[in-house]
Order: sequence, then C-alpha cells, then structure tokens
Amino acid sequence: MPTLLAKKTTRPNRRSGGRPARELIFGDLWEYDPAPETVDPKLKPRYDLFIGGRFVPPASGKYFDSINPANEQKLAELALGGAADVDAAYQAATHAFNAGWGRMPGRERGKFLYRVARLLQDRAREFAVAETMDNGKPIKETRDFDVPMAAAHFFYHAGWADKLDYVAPGRRMAPLGVVGQVIPWNFPLLMLSWKIAPALAVGNCVVIKPATNTAITAVKLAEIFQDAGLPPGVVNVITGPGATGGILMAHPAAAKIAFTGSTEVGKVIMRSVAGSDKRMTMELGGKAANIVFDDAPIDQAVEGIVNGIFFNQGQVCCAGSRLLVHEPVAGLVVAKLKQRLRVLRVGDPLDKNTDVGAIVSRAQLETIQRYLDIGVKEGAEMWQPPCRLPPKGFFMPPTIFTGVTQSHCIAREEIFGPVLSILTFRTVDEAIEKANNTAYGLSAGVWTDKGSRILKMSTELKAGVVWANTFNKFDPASPFGGYKESGFGREGGRQGLLDYGKLI
Amino acid sequence: MNRLPITKTPKVYVGGAFIRSESGRTFAIKDAGGRFFANVPQCTRKDLRNAVEAAAKAGPGWAKRTPYNRGQILYRLGEMLEARKADMADTLLLGGVSKSAAAKEITAAVDRLIYYAGWADKYEQVLGSVNPVAAPYFNFTVTEPMGIVGVIAPEEAPLLGLVSLIAPVIVSGNTVVALASVAQPYPAIVLGEMLATSDLPGGVVNLLTGLRKELLPTFATHTHLRALAAVADAAERQALALGAVESVKRTKFWKTEEKIDWFAEKAQSLYAIRDFLEFKTTWHPIGA
Amino acid sequence: MVRHAKPPQPRAKPKFSGAPHSGRAADSGACRMDFGVVFGGVQVDILPPMPPTAHAAFRRLFSEIGTVDAVGVEERVAKYTTRSIKKRAKLFGLKLAVSMLDLTTLEGKDTPGKVESLCRKAVRPHDDPGIPPVAAVCVYPAMVRPARRALGAAAPVRIASVATAFPSGQMPLKTRLGEVRTAVADGADEIDMVINRGAFLAGEFARVQDEIAAVLAACGGAPLKVILETSELETYDNIRAASFLAMQVLRPGDFIKTSTGKTSANATLGNNQVMLEAIRDFYLATGTSVGMKPAGGIRTAKQALQFLVAVKETLGDAWLTNTRYRFGASSLLNDLLRQIEKEKTGAYQAPYYFSEAAESY
Repeated sequence: MPTLLAKKTTRPNRRSGGRPARELIFGDLWEYDPAPETVDPKLKPRYDLFIGGRFVPPASGKYFDSINPANEQKLAELALGGAADVDAAYQAATHAFNAGWGRMPGRERGKFLYRVARLLQDRAREFAVAETMDNGKPIKETRDFDVPMAAAHFFYHAGWADKLDYVAPGRRMAPLGVVGQVIPWNFPLLMLSWKIAPALAVGNCVVIKPATNTAITAVKLAEIFQDAGLPPGVVNVITGPGATGGILMAHPAAAKIAFTGSTEVGKVIMRSVAGSDKRMTMELGGKAANIVFDDAPIDQAVEGIVNGIFFNQGQVCCAGSRLLVHEPVAGLVVAKLKQRLRVLRVGDPLDKNTDVGAIVSRAQLETIQRYLDIGVKEGAEMWQPPCRLPPKGFFMPPTIFTGVTQSHCIAREEIFGPVLSILTFRTVDEAIEKANNTAYGLSAGVWTDKGSRILKMSTELKAGVVWANTFNKFDPASPFGGYKESGFGREGGRQGLLDYGKLI
Repeated sequence: MNRLPITKTPKVYVGGAFIRSESGRTFAIKDAGGRFFANVPQCTRKDLRNAVEAAAKAGPGWAKRTPYNRGQILYRLGEMLEARKADMADTLLLGGVSKSAAAKEITAAVDRLIYYAGWADKYEQVLGSVNPVAAPYFNFTVTEPMGIVGVIAPEEAPLLGLVSLIAPVIVSGNTVVALASVAQPYPAIVLGEMLATSDLPGGVVNLLTGLRKELLPTFATHTHLRALAAVADAAERQALALGAVESVKRTKFWKTEEKIDWFAEKAQSLYAIRDFLEFKTTWHPIGA
Repeated sequence: MVRHAKPPQPRAKPKFSGAPHSGRAADSGACRMDFGVVFGGVQVDILPPMPPTAHAAFRRLFSEIGTVDAVGVEERVAKYTTRSIKKRAKLFGLKLAVSMLDLTTLEGKDTPGKVESLCRKAVRPHDDPGIPPVAAVCVYPAMVRPARRALGAAAPVRIASVATAFPSGQMPLKTRLGEVRTAVADGADEIDMVINRGAFLAGEFARVQDEIAAVLAACGGAPLKVILETSELETYDNIRAASFLAMQVLRPGDFIKTSTGKTSANATLGNNQVMLEAIRDFYLATGTSVGMKPAGGIRTAKQALQFLVAVKETLGDAWLTNTRYRFGASSLLNDLLRQIEKEKTGAYQAPYYFSEAAESY
C-alpha cells in the first residue's frame, strides 16, 4: 500500500501553543485516473444556415471558426449569416405559418415536438459531447443536466399544444405569427429548447440566432428537426455575429422577439424596437443573493452555495454570486466552503470527473480577470483553492472574496464567472435590504430551518425565482424570469406560454 | 400440407405478469365468422382481490414517480400501440368491424393516450391553487391521487372505451383494476402486452376478463377500491352505488342507455383526471 | 425538517371551539404551563409529566450541532455516483476496499467450521499475493474462540465481536457488559456494540453516553465500534445527533457504525455522508479522529468505490485507511475480487471462480 502523501500545508503536528494541528488532507493518495468520454459528437467540418427546412449557404459565402475553449482547437466552421439571410429566414417562417403551421390542430403540432424530444433523447450522448466541446462545460453537466433538460422542455411543451384553452381562463389563445429569438452562449442547447418549444407549442414559427461562440448544437438540432419531419420554415437557424442578432430582433416580420443575454445588450435591442408593435420578453442579467441564516443546514447550504456560483463555471444569469451569510455562522460557512472547494476538480471538460470546466472564451476569461483585479483593489480578500489548471484553454480556479460590502463593484456588477462575493448581515431585515439593493432581480436563495421565515423571505425578496434550501433548480413546469433590470416575461409553466400567444 | 400456426393462449395482465384465473375457468370467444377463436380467462372475485393487492403494492411507487416520468410512460404506451397497430386491428376484427373502423379506433386510442400523457405535468398548475386567505398564511391546495380505482369498461369500443377510462385515472398516480368488455375481451388481452412493454410498473394497471354479474358486486364492495369508473346500465348502476356506500367510494358512471361517442372531443378532458383526485389544502404561517 | 424524535410540546391553554384564544384560563389562574388541560377550572392531567430535561436536551443538541436537509444530502451523494474510477485508480480503490473489510458472518446457524473457513479466506482472499488480507472478521461472541483458534495469536486479520445483545440491545446492562468482557477474554481484538435506541429517542442522552462509556471500560484497550442503527433513528438529524453523542465519549481509533445489518435498511451513501460530516466536524473542533464503518447493504464493488469517494471528498486522505474506515460486509469480498481480476486480465469474470460464491449458474 502506498503511504500517505501528506500534503499538509505549513503546520507541523505540535505547535508552540500546544494545540495539535487539525486539517484535512485532500491530497493525491487516491488520484482518479483520466476518464474521458469517448462518444463521437459527429461534427461536420462545416455547417450551413438552416432556412426553409434545408441547410443553405450564407449569402456572404463566408464562414467562421468555432473553437473548443478547453484546448483552443477548431471544431467546425459555421456560416456567417447576415441581413439577407435573416430576410430569407423570416420569409420562410412567414410562409410556413400561413401555409398551415398556424392552423394545424394542436394535437398534431404537439406530435412534432414529441418527436423532437424523443430524437434528442436518442442522440443524447452525442449532443452532450458536442455541447461540452463547444461551450467548455463539463461532460457530467451536459450529460446529466443540459441535454435531458432540453429534451424535457420539448416533451413538456408538446403536451400543451392541444390544451391551450386551459392556459388563459376566460380567453382563447392564438399564435402571434413569427417570433425572432436570440440566445446566449451559457446553455446553448437548453436555451434553444426554452425558446423554440413554447413558441411552436402555441403555433408560432421561429427565426433564431444562437450565440456566435456556441452554435454547434443549434445546427445539430436542425438535423433533428429534419428527421422529425418538422414542416419546412417552422424553425430557421441563423448563425453569425452579434450584429446579425440585432438585425434579427429589429426585423419587421417579427410579431414578437425574445432575448436572453446581458442587460446591456437587452437595452440596445429594446431601443432598436422602441415604437414598434413588437411584443417582447427579455431575460437578462442578475446578481443574486444567496442568504444563509444561522439555523440553516450548514453542510447542505455550503453545497448550495457551490452549486449556485460554480455550476456552469458561474456563467449563469441566476447564479448565486453574492453570499449573504448571517454573522454568527459566517466563519463556519466560509471555512466549510473553502474545504469544499478544495475537492472541486477543475480540468478537461470531457473528463467525466471534472466538476468545473473551461470559461467559454478568451474574452470572457479576461473580463473575469479584470473583476478579480478590481475586487483586490477595492480591498476585498481573495481566496482560491490550489488547482492544477490545464496548460491550454480558458481555465481559472473557483474564487471567493470575503470582506465584501454592498458598495464594492464586485457586489454590484455581474461578473458571469466562478467568483463569489461574500457579505455578512445581522438581522432578517438587513438581509432583505441587502439582497434587494441591486438593479437586478432574477433570483435569490434562502437557507434556514424555519418554514415561516422561508415564506417571509420569499414574500419580501424582489426576485422572480426564490430557491429555499436549494439553488439552481429548473423544470419546464416552473416559470422562470426576473424583476427589474433582470428583464420581464416568464419562461416555463403555464405562465410562460402566455408570452407566446395573443388572447382572444 | 399447409403450415399449422401456433395459436396464442389468452392470459390476463395482472401485477405485471400474465396469468390464468385462479379458478381455472375460461369462456370461449369466437371470430367474426362464428368459429372458435380462443378461451379467455373467466376471472373470479378472488382474481379481483389479487389484482387489488397487486395494485396496492404498485400504488405508492407509481404515485411517487415524477409527473414527467408518468407522462413519458403513457407516451411510450402510445408508442407501443402505434407500432403494433396491425396486431391490435386483428383483435378488433374479431368483433366483426371493418378494417377502417378498427384503424380509426386504434388511432383514436393512441391519440387519447398522448393527450393524457401531456396532462401529467400540467394539470396541477390548472387544478391546484395558492389561495389568498385573509390572514398571514401561505395557503395552497394541491391534488393527490385517490389510490386504487375500479374500472368497468363499456361493451362497445372495446379498446377506445377501455383506454379512455384508464388513462385519465393513472396519469395522476392512481392504479387501476379493470374489467374489460365481456363481448369483446381480446383487445384487452393484447393491450396487456403493450402495457407490459411500456415501462409501466407491474400492478399499476390490471386487466381482468370475465362476467359482469360475477364481478361487479366485488368491485362495488371491496373497501380498498377508493373509486369506481363504470359504464353500466340502470340496474347495474343501482347495485354498484348501493355496494359502494359502505366504503364511501367515489363513483362516476356512464349510462349504457345513452349512446356514448368515444371518438368525440368531449370524450377526453382535464376533468376526467380531476374526477379521480383528492384535494389537500395546507396552511403555513408567513413570518420571520 | 421533521424531528421525529422530539417529545410532544407541552400543552398550553385549551382552545374552546369558536372563541379565539381569550386568556380566560389565565384569568382563572387554574392552568398550568406544562402538561395539563383546564376544563371548567379543574386541572386534568392528560399526559404523564415529561422531565423537562429531555425536551430541552434535544433542542440544545440540535441547535449546537445543526440540522440536516435530507434532499440536500441526497443530491450531494448522487454526485459521488457520477465519479468514474478507472484503471490504476480503480485497482487501488478495490484493494483498499479489501483491506478495509470486516468480513462478517452473523447467522444463527454459524458453526466453528464456518468461522474457520471465513478466517482462512480473510487472511488470503484469493490466489493472488497482490491482494491484501481483510481488516477483520466479525462474528458473534460465541464464535470468538473458534476464530482465535483458526487465526492464531499473531494474525494479520483482527477479530471483531459484536456484543451488547446485538442486534436489538434489549437486555439488562449487566448482561450486555458481561458479553463484552467474555468476548475480549476469549480473544476479540475489537468490539461492535449497539446503542440504546429507546433511550436516545426518549431524549435520555446521558444514559446513552453512560452505557457507551461502560462498554468502553469493559473493552479494556480494544477499539470499540458504536452501532447507531440508522434505520431505527430514521432521520438524518437523529443520525447526526447520535454520532456526536457517541463521539463525545469515544477515543481516537474507535468507530461509529451505521447498522447491524439485521433490519431492512442499512448503510446508504446518505447516512454514510451524514456520519462522515459529523466525524469531520468533531475532528476539526476537538482533534479527536473517530473512524467510520458502514455495514449491511454494500454488496458490489461499485458501491464500495462510491463509499470511498465519499470518504476521499469529505474527510480526505487520512481516513482512507483501515484504521479509520471499514466495510461491514460478506458477499462484497467476492465482487471486489471479481473486479480486481477483471482489471488484471481485461475479461469480465463469472462469480463461481471465487470461493464461497452464492450462485453457481
């Protein structure tokens, strides 16, 4: 048997004060061997735009590279869509809507969505690997969360297609026509399902642009639309740069637009469509407070904190990026948090044992680094667990800042990375005040043993989603969306459907 | 000489397995031309009792599944039925209907299963509620399945009628013990095979074949059956209702005197699910 | 959070139907604050008076050590099951698990012959010198002497004896202690005891601890493993509480153990996790390192590796040794051997290549 490799830090067994050192050794006595996922993602070298049910080359004739943020290698070429392609897409969508999709009985429309769900389930592992390579998130997450949840969204919304009379009591629902959608890079496939499924369930047709960085699962999903026999033009996928997204959002043929992304870009889009009749939903940024009271189940709260800010490398709009911890347990929580972080594995996203993967792009990594510098300059104390980062790719260790106050930049601005700002509070009212003291209002977390306090917090917190004794839980049946500058409109559940129809 | 085919022995689907009646009795069914086709189990009240036990065993686990999971299983039942349309059509042809009528009944049954599958993770949002009481309490009403439900299928539409009664009952987590059409029991025999391959846990649906007059009294009085969904004539309804009194069963009847159009839109609805749900309201204080 | 073990709250003033709580009884001065009920001014005891300390004891203990969220624990341990342990890491883990086994036989039909053959297998599990002996054999007190005869005086495998009226513990304390002394005298190196669950659930914590202390004394220097019987404690809160109660009287080198293996619910990743976290918190607070033994229900190598992942990620390297972690199991050994052989040869193995396999199909 190998001997223990004592990776103790500095302290010897006996100190001058006579107190024995008490530390846990998280060393390499039992190192996990590499466990790469080997399923073939079946990537094509080049993908075209998906318009009118067919893959067509972009009007510009140009393509751009998509790279794997874990190793900076090229994955595939994607079509550089522009204004002409957006036009063609809206034409195809309008035609499809008029030709029958808008009038198809809900029962039949739903069956297409069921087929998409089932086909995605069939090819789940292939899609998980593709998503991991494109986005950098761990295969464990794409396999166990992103892909199954995306399939679930299609399955869930399929069932609403013929039950729309139950969505809005006293009124009937009719589709809006063609909707334009732009989605972010943090959950590429999942965001596709969140946008497309409800739109189609209500009878709309879609023109959608995936994020520039992460479009591979979008064009693969288009293959599934073909296999499912989805009528041509019902969904059209335009890949391309951010500017193309702007054109898509402002297009006159869109009866409604839906955007998920940063608050900043959301405002740009809203300005560009101001004065038009377009319906819109916006799902923007957040700076959620994760509030831990002294009677919380502490170990589970620590797990929830970790899930809240290090899941998906912190690149989540509803991330619990501010920890508000009750003073009596602040030391304990931070100590346990540090212990827990020492066991998080940062590394190759395709390794099944990786917990924290790569940041999506060099630009995003640099943005996060800038915030780390700001945090240190502002006087907060930074801590990172010892980590062996891969030599290439856009990696960083999970990071926490203690000694943060509400006036700090790192407590107010959305960093969109694995960085936690830790503040303290003394009373319930103070926790509520600090939690709500932000322009955002997407989500919040509450950790306490007392049921009535959970309900009080839930009542007082200005957030569209409140997680009690848990965090980052999602379900197609659970409406998601924010208050204030985190946007408006809801996705998921009965409530989410209302944003995709008109009431008559 | 022509090859002699192997004929199938009909057995009933109970507790996830295919069994004969504990009594060993059978009754003969004929094909559309009046020729002998097969011997079908003539189930007894003991078979019914055993089926209820099987349903009781399967119930807690079925009710604890996520609604999404139940929806997927009902959808898969639809997949199984659709894939084996031809087999099911053969069972309906025994009753003398045309090929097109059989096909129509089967596609309607598949669509009905898909319809109810889609309700599994949605009806709660429509039927449940958060109630605005005039006091600092979070007050919410949720639904719950009732438990084991007895189903008496109609004589006509031996597939569609049976499916229309069973699907809304099980989608919410109830379990079922059903008596198939007496005149045309064979579709239920084959439906059992599809239930068995649909990922539905054994015991959630139990299909019995036999005679109404022998079994209805036990359906009425078995106290572990919490509800009855029955297509029955006036005398049968009277008897069922009387028998159900002692255990305060919830009863839902369709009258055979009235022609039921199982193909109509009205033959499926959210409220068919609601009829087999309990409602529970909880109060919890809101405060620091 | 459900506190199953908490005694009922003291009754306050009665509510008469319809009327809001008016304080009438307080005016009459005829209502006691604790357990009585006032009907028309007459004091009526409807519950036997509960010693005030039991209730307070529970509250104090829980507030000191904290509560556990069951859903949260289940989610944490689910992550252990997604760890992919391959090749060298797998072989290391499998051999480590073998070295941690308390190879157990606790059947009414045990005989010296059975125990003898168990001991032989314990010392040399397979025709492979690379596979270590197990940590211990675990037997009933009456089988300690045959075990010692079979192993000899200086064996690489220890003898652990269950004692204290295992599994129920429902015998007078004198008898239970007598068992311990006899087992030790007969040659047991370690003792596995059961705590007094009835006393725990009634809030009689001092009694639970006193009994453990008495067993400790009867052990002499032999390490003690304290079985909490998690299935009877039912909630994670209770399991955490019982862990602390036990550890407060234990010495470094002693263990807390999940279960007797004689009820329908035994070791799970969930109760293993709760106990590991208790051990961790206790160690960091006091410096005393107590060991952990999940027992019962661990039949496959895959499960065993998941339990070891839990240890690695909760307590770290210092607990990945048989002085601080054991598996109470019997058929697990064969599955470990099968998987070790598979790692060596690359071929999946039939169970009947390994001795004492249950099935020969």
